[in-house]
Amino acid sequence: MLTAEHVSVHLGGKSILSDISFSLSGGEWLMVVGPNGAGKSTLINALSRGVSYTGRVSFEGRDIQSFKPRQLARYLGVLRQGAYGGYGFTVEEVVRLGRYAYSQGLFSHGKGEQEAVEAALLQVGLLDKRDRSLLTLSGGELQRVFLGQAFAQNPRVLLLDEPTNHLDLPYQKQIFDGVKRWLAQGKDRGVICVVHDLSLARLYGDRALLLQEGRLACEGVPGVVLSSEQMNRAYGMDVCGFMKGLLGQWET
Amino acid sequence: MKRRSSEGFTGWEYAILIALVLLTLLLCVCVGSVSIPFSTTVSVIFRAVGGLSQEPGTAAAIILSSRLPRVLSVLLVGGSLSLCGCAMQGLLQNPLADGSTLGVSSGASLGAVLAIAFNFYVPGVPFAGTMIMAMAFAFCSLLIILGLAYKLDFSLSTNTIILIGVIFSMFASSLMSIVITFSGEKLRSITFWTMGSLHGSTYTNVLVLLVALCIFGGALLLHYRELNAFAVGEDNARNIGVNVRKIKLLVLIAVSGLIGVCVSVGGTIAFVGLVTPHIMRILVGPNHRRLLPASLLGGGMLLMLCDLAARVLLNPMELPIGVVTSIIGAVAFVIIYARRQRGV
Repeated sequence: MLTAEHVSVHLGGKSILSDISFSLSGGEWLMVVGPNGAGKSTLINALSRGVSYTGRVSFEGRDIQSFKPRQLARYLGVLRQGAYGGYGFTVEEVVRLGRYAYSQGLFSHGKGEQEAVEAALLQVGLLDKRDRSLLTLSGGELQRVFLGQAFAQNPRVLLLDEPTNHLDLPYQKQIFDGVKRWLAQGKDRGVICVVHDLSLARLYGDRALLLQEGRLACEGVPGVVLSSEQMNRAYGMDVCGFMKGLLGQWET
Repeated sequence: MKRRSSEGFTGWEYAILIALVLLTLLLCVCVGSVSIPFSTTVSVIFRAVGGLSQEPGTAAAIILSSRLPRVLSVLLVGGSLSLCGCAMQGLLQNPLADGSTLGVSSGASLGAVLAIAFNFYVPGVPFAGTMIMAMAFAFCSLLIILGLAYKLDFSLSTNTIILIGVIFSMFASSLMSIVITFSGEKLRSITFWTMGSLHGSTYTNVLVLLVALCIFGGALLLHYRELNAFAVGEDNARNIGVNVRKIKLLVLIAVSGLIGVCVSVGGTIAFVGLVTPHIMRILVGPNHRRLLPASLLGGGMLLMLCDLAARVLLNPMELPIGVVTSIIGAVAFVIIYARRQRGV
């Protein structure tokens, strides 16, 4: 569905990403892993036209640069990490913004707007908090609001940039399970997700990309990409041993 | 539970808001150095609108030739500046943004002063030269301020923008002083303009303000959805399909156009555009579908009341209206800043 060919990003004379090529097929959850500074977030930015790049990114064969912003938003939904410090919009208002790409006239709502908003609120479990101000929500709820907004967009591909960063375990599970359910709803959907947590990448991912210093170091099923040799080389430490040590803490 | 299907005001809410504005307008026309009874005011305005002959007396002359055009100008300037402040606060996600805090008003003033000093006229159209220069300078000021802010602090944080705005204001004021120093025989007309306020407003002023408000203000009001998206976050706006660059440019042009016209008619009136949207956000929430019209009407009301205070507080002396708004606005700025620091 989404294909990147020789994508490179330079910022301020520095090469952040160089020559990345991969493709995402329908029904697939692609995990992007790598140490800090490997260019994971920049990759998500390039795929969503948030940063200028060389090379080509295409959705179902068509260059994403040729889409109008509204068209592209109907195919790509993006969830970024980041704190929200803005005004006191309500949960429902922010989720409703996800329908912007479908709005037609100046004052009329797009077709099926209310239904899509309610369905998205239900999917992220915020139907009972729809009138709450964003300023009163916890970090986990806030992230679910923006996930709901992306769901309301009804995209084909979800791009997630560390969706559970700084979140407690139950929230991590809620978000990832929510995305998994969404993915299971159609064969023509796909997810590209940047994660820090390598265990989560193994648990939820169908395929994985390992980035290292802006280059694609390895690509394939999580068992291969997240193997101990690959991890040890990328992170410069005994990752597998460390993880097992962590797990060992639970067995006493 | 039945839910409101629309995020906007209902017809009734609009009717109440407009009625409040009209009441304030009548109050401000009645009260002044010579107070005129309410009934007389209403009858004079009705006769004038209906084209009937006026009863003899000075009341009609005072109302129609002096107070009404002035109060109408104040209403339009207050509404326009508040609408601009509201749009900028949404666009930049910055509750302290306003024509005066960003330095746009000073830039517009500099343009207007240059136009007077160098005799920039558009043949046949009164004060069009000042107005065009004020609008152009307002737009350039916005570009310079935001460009500098981008260069210095990529995240465009609130404090950086305000700091650069203040410095730009000082810079523009110094340039203005230099122009005034070398203006020679133009000195009188420049001084007259800078002191101008809305004291001698005419119906031509009212008409110009109204046209500007319809064009530029209309453009702002129609883009409430995009402003909501920007207020939530610029990245978020891009993700949901807003044409970020186009909308930004459109809002900046509309804002500088409107501020330029207001400054060329009434001089710099600081802080209305900062205070009104803030009050309105508390009353009607942050959704621009309601916030923009509420700021427009509320700002008009607020400035009419400030103007009333400027006229009657030290009767028979008259304070410049900018003095009143600056006193109120400076206090409000501190309060808003403190609330933001505490994360309220």
